[in-house]
Amino acid sequence: MAVFDLAQQPLRELNRTLHDLPEETNETHWKVTNPMGLHNIAVGLDRPITVEIDGHVGYYCAGMNQQAEVLVNGNCGQGVAENMMSGRVVVRGNASQSAGATAHGGLLVIEGDAAARCGISLKGGDIVVKGSVGHMSAFMAQAGRIVVCGDAGEYLGDSLYEARIYVRGKVSQLGADCVEKEMEAAHLEELRDLLSAAGVEADPADFRRYGSARNLYHFNVDKMDSY
Amino acid sequence: MCGIVGLYLKNPALQGELGRLFTPMLIEMTERGPDSAGVAVYHNPVGDGATKLTLFNRDRDYAWKALETDMERALDTEASLRRVSSHAVLSIDAPERTAVDWLMDERPEVQIVSIGRIIEIYKEMGLPAEVAEEFAVSEMTGSHMIGHTRMATESAVTTAGSHPFSTGRDLCLVHNGSLSNHNRLREWLKKNAGLRFQTDNDSEVAAGYLTHRLAEGDSLEQALEKAIDDLDGFYTFAIGTARGFAVLRDPIACKPAVMAETDDWVAMASEYRSLAKLPGVANAAVWEPEPARVYTWGSA
Repeated sequence: MAVFDLAQQPLRELNRTLHDLPEETNETHWKVTNPMGLHNIAVGLDRPITVEIDGHVGYYCAGMNQQAEVLVNGNCGQGVAENMMSGRVVVRGNASQSAGATAHGGLLVIEGDAAARCGISLKGGDIVVKGSVGHMSAFMAQAGRIVVCGDAGEYLGDSLYEARIYVRGKVSQLGADCVEKEMEAAHLEELRDLLSAAGVEADPADFRRYGSARNLYHFNVDKMDSY
Repeated sequence: MCGIVGLYLKNPALQGELGRLFTPMLIEMTERGPDSAGVAVYHNPVGDGATKLTLFNRDRDYAWKALETDMERALDTEASLRRVSSHAVLSIDAPERTAVDWLMDERPEVQIVSIGRIIEIYKEMGLPAEVAEEFAVSEMTGSHMIGHTRMATESAVTTAGSHPFSTGRDLCLVHNGSLSNHNRLREWLKKNAGLRFQTDNDSEVAAGYLTHRLAEGDSLEQALEKAIDDLDGFYTFAIGTARGFAVLRDPIACKPAVMAETDDWVAMASEYRSLAKLPGVANAAVWEPEPARVYTWGSA
């Protein structure tokens, strides 16, 4: 396992090294020490490698990730795994706002809490939060799934498109056009798979499902006059 | 964009190292605020009935000694003045009002940066590392400090527009964000609360607002709760008090803040990287303050 100490080596060198790995690299497990809250750690990866970061990271950690597995043994600043395309990002601590923003694919697991705007504008990625999420989570989320094992803050799913939201705890307030929907067998199955992929032990039957009422983003011919 | 940092030492044994621990926190926020920087330090309280003021005059040859002797003679009392670069700390055995009135009448060219028994404020234009060097921040001792690195968005880059802003006796404010209703609120405070403002700065209005609420008898917590209703815009505030500090984020929480606490200290910063070198931080409780919730430490 290769170890990269950010107290000794510059961050750009880490990212450059990871970007330059050949496609069939044998160096598949990397450890990063002393992240010291730096921004942009392990961004833009595109190799099937594992990068384990010991400590708290700053903004945009594992942003734009493809293929790679990034494990953060600490807390994350804003925008962890933003615009992830594929792969897997696991945060052992808490994540600040905009976790998983605009992610198109892959799985983001947050073992602690996520702050405001978790999964904002999600475009197909999956997010599983073991704790709670802050206000405006799943704002304008278009596709993908968000699972919250704890509670959700105000305006959950505001202006939602077709992302699906599962919450086990309390929702303090649903956002505009977000409604509770029936949990059907297919949803229980989907949720079971997501929980299992995230390594979370929870009963899908304890969750409620939320989705778009589809009133905001659909053209409605009956309301022609008000457009 | 701006950077905010605060450090409160729970363990008195660390007080001799306050500045040494705090300075790297401030400098780490340079990228968030390279225009100007400032600190408020709480140490060396003056006695009951006495007043400590931090004063500012741009002129490096300003006659501080004459100010001290003139004031002693005029007020028939003891004063001591210590010059620190463009600032001076004046301790005088007189009530706050008497000292302030004399300064405003007799030395209008001198700006009063802080008032109280324990607070001192130092702020200047320039990179945080330069400002810290100029005022020897790393050598400062005391119970707590708050600091600010500024990237101006709402008003000119000047010493007076730098943070912290005094908000009354032993109180000060640092702000990351921008207020959208500061013009109207400034006019209201001038007209209805008799406040005077030195700049066009939005944060100075927030400081004035708190000064006004506290003068009306609010506790700091009450004043901050009301600020949530009356201040429109984005903000993370840190407010230094004689015995600690308080933190408030706006209800939308656009501007970042992170806090950490160990048995020895409580710290806050705009970003975790400012806290990353504090002793024992690896095992500290680290969390993000919730929006629209007032946090206080010490007996703020």
